[in-house]
Order: sequence, then C-alpha cells, then structure tokens
Amino acid sequence: MRESNEAPLWALFSAGGVVAAFLIPVHLFLFGLAFPLGWLPTPGYEHMLTLVRNPLVKIYLLLLCSLPLFHWAHRFRYTLYDGLKVKHLNELIFTFCYGGAVVGTVLAAYLLWSIA
Amino acid sequence: MGDKIILEIARYSPERDLQPRFETFEVPFRNEWVVLDALNHIKDKMDGSLTYRWSCRMGICGSCGLMVNGEPKLGCATFLSSYAGNGKPVRIEPLRYFAILRDLVTELGDFLGKLKKVRPWLIPKDELPLSQGEFLQTPEQLENYKQFSMCINCTLCYAACPVVGLDPLFVGPAAIAMAQRYNKDSRDAGAQERTAVLAHPDGIWGCTFVGECTRVCPKHVDPAGAIQQYKIKAALDWVQALIMPRKQPNREESRSAAAD
Amino acid sequence: MQQPINVPIYTEYHPRWYRPRVSVYWWLGQWRYLKFILRELSSVFVALGVILTILQVRALREGSQAYARFQHELQTPAVISISLITLFFVVFHTITWFNLTPRAMAVRVRGKRIPEWLVAAPNYAMWIVVSGAVTWLVLRGR
Repeated sequence: MRESNEAPLWALFSAGGVVAAFLIPVHLFLFGLAFPLGWLPTPGYEHMLTLVRNPLVKIYLLLLCSLPLFHWAHRFRYTLYDGLKVKHLNELIFTFCYGGAVVGTVLAAYLLWSIA
Repeated sequence: MGDKIILEIARYSPERDLQPRFETFEVPFRNEWVVLDALNHIKDKMDGSLTYRWSCRMGICGSCGLMVNGEPKLGCATFLSSYAGNGKPVRIEPLRYFAILRDLVTELGDFLGKLKKVRPWLIPKDELPLSQGEFLQTPEQLENYKQFSMCINCTLCYAACPVVGLDPLFVGPAAIAMAQRYNKDSRDAGAQERTAVLAHPDGIWGCTFVGECTRVCPKHVDPAGAIQQYKIKAALDWVQALIMPRKQPNREESRSAAAD
Repeated sequence: MQQPINVPIYTEYHPRWYRPRVSVYWWLGQWRYLKFILRELSSVFVALGVILTILQVRALREGSQAYARFQHELQTPAVISISLITLFFVVFHTITWFNLTPRAMAVRVRGKRIPEWLVAAPNYAMWIVVSGAVTWLVLRGR
C-alpha cells in the first residue's frame, strides 16, 4: 500500500532535511575537522562522556542520527528511481533505504542507552 | 542582402521517416523577429510542408511551445536576436518528452487526459440557484490562487520536468498547479475529490522538486511551489487523520486569508 | 501488394507517432539536471555525517582507549579528505534546503506574499545561532 505510506515518509524526509540542514554541518565541522586538525581545543574523553550520559543529550543525538537517515532513505530512493531508472526494483530499493534508516536508528538508540 | 541566421529544424514525417532528422534553413535576420516569424517565413517562402502549432503570437494561447537550443520556449516569445552573433545555427525541436506527430507538433492527448483527471473546474459545496446571486471573494482570497490560474497549458513545464520523461504516468506540473488553483479557490469545495489523483505516487509524490518547471514557465505560475505546498498539506492531513480520525480535512472556505 | 521492408508502416488515418526514449544518462544532458542530481546525492553525505556520529558514540561507549584510537583515525589524511568532501556536500544540502523552503511555503502577511529571500534569511540566521550554541555546549567546561 505505497500510496498511503507516502505522506508520512515525506514528512520524515522533511523533518530529517531540517535537522540535517541545521545541525549536521556543525557536528561534522567540529568532530570531523576542527578537533582532529587542532583548530579548536579538543574536549577530553571524560567531558564527552559526561555530555553523552545526559538523557537530554541522548534524545538529541538520537534525533540527530535518526531523522537525517530517513531523509537520506527517501531522497536516495527517488534518486535511484530517476537517476538510474530502476523503478522496477521498487521493493528492493524501498527495503534497502528505509530498512537502512531503521537499522541506523536502532543502532544509535542501543549505543546511546547502553552508555552507563 | 542583409543578415541571415541559420535554423536547424527537426523534421519528422511518419509516412517517410522512422525517426526525426534535421533540416537546415537560412532565414533573414531581423532584430524584431521571433522564432515564430522565422518559422512562418520558412513555411511561406521555402518549405510549405513545415508543420508547427501557433495561434495568438503573443504568449497567451500556449500553442507554440518548442525546444530552442535545448530549452523549452514559446516560439512567439523567443527573439532570434538572442541567438544571433555567434554564427552557430539555432536548433529547433518539438517539446521534449512528448510523442511527435509530425515535425514540431507533439501529441497532447495524454496531457489533456491528465489535466481532466484533476477535475479542473469549480466543485461548489452546494449547487446554488442563480437567484442566490454571485459568489463573493475578497482580494486576499483571490491572491491565494491567482498565480496558479495564469497557466496557459503550453506544456513547457512538461518538457522541462525529467520525471515526466521518466514516468509516463506522472500527472505533471501544470495539472497539479491547476488542481491547486481550484483547491485554493474559496468558491471550491472539491479538494477531497482531487485527493485520490494528487496524493498518489503518480501525483505529487512523483515530484522530486527539480524546479525546472517553475524556471521555464512563461507565465510565472510556479508549479513547483504548488506541488510542494500540496505535499505539506497532504502530510499535515495525514497527521490530522492520525490524531483526530473523525474530523473532516480542512475545507478551503473555512481557512482565513493568513499563511497557507 | 508487397511493401518494401524499410518503408514505415502505418495504419490509415492514424500516423505513427515517434516516441523518443529517455536515456538513463538524462541527467548528464544539462548542467541544471546534473546540479539537481548532486543536490539529491548530498543526502548520501548527510548519511555519512550520521555514520560519523554513530561511530563516535560507539567509541565513547567502548572506553577512553577506544575513543583515543577513534580520534587518531579521524586525523589520518584519508579520513580528513572524506570529512572535507562530506562537509562541502552537507553545507550544499543546507544552502539548497534553505533556498527551496520559501518555494514550498506560501507565507503571506496581510494578504501579500513575502519575498523568497525574506523567508530564507531567518533560516540562515537560525543556522548560525544553533551552530554557535552547539559549539559552546561542546566546548564549555571541557
């Protein structure tokens, strides 16, 4: 029943797009470039652990990981349909994309909430 | 003898050809001439078999849509002077992503069918007798849909949209903009009837917001905007149906003139 | 009456329409189409950004030595290059997203449509504020 699924999937895509637009750049900049290259003083392990132990931070990080993944899933699915003309592989692509997003979400939740 | 400009025009004759071919014509270059003038000159003076659609020659009938150097344009609104000067021929082809009947004439039955599917007419809540008088509409209510009512059905947007080319069932930009023109009209109560066609994989969900349709539209209808606005509405309707299953989706006339 | 093989066949009163095929490389045909596909592919780099965050959380969870090793791996030239490219495309996503938002929402004040840049500008301002807030939260008391 793909028809009735599209509205919530698009809503997830939209929400993920907003989260990705506002938050992913700064996270990538800080943890992918600024800290490794020493442009900014790197926070120590204990400090990071304290931050991540905070339940609010856990929820924030879960949303940061989950919603952009659903954004990717929806967008990539359509890019494959249009870019590679593989719409006949519909079932496979759907499972790969949204399945991947679900796996990422579950993984993030498990990792976050298993930190003591 | 004055300036000349070279046109490379796609020809296709179903009796003779298996696929389109190009023919070169050298026409006089006049500063005030548009592509349509050149085509008329060719048909009058050089090759009477050249076949193309045109009518008003002033950008309101929507008949003369063509590809000019790979860009969807109205023949009556595209000046030759934009293409002269670099010595290269101007390539004229029929609108992309349509079946070709002959030369520059495209098959429009498919498009017209899609247009009809979205029910592009006012569906009032109740059939009121004439004695009740006219519908009244404020300028704000008119603003809500006026932009989408400017469409001249020239199908340039269909020639620009890659999804139209990739998915023959995709309803397409002009049809969805037309549906929105009626959905947002305060006199209309037919939004529910149009939902089945619109909130469908071949309706708005096929659109990936490439935005080319809006860019090429000669009447600034912004079909891409119409489609995205409907996506937001559909998403909100879904949330509402989830939270309040028994409430009817919002009727247009109960909306204020505020942000939509 | 025999018809020669290379003459197109058509039924009387119905000409054979030519139906052009759309190539699978349609997106290479125009710079605008290519730009669109790149914009869509920026979602892959967004996903990469998420993967980085997940790996970071995993390293944190496994202890200070694992975290130190993770930090070290982030500093290798290969990973730095990936991070740079990913950052470029993620920012590309942000900019294209903010620029498209006004198109999707017909914001009206007193019946008049607000110009697009005026709808996009607050998003950019918010982006700077939020980025600053995250940076401050991460760096303070380290």
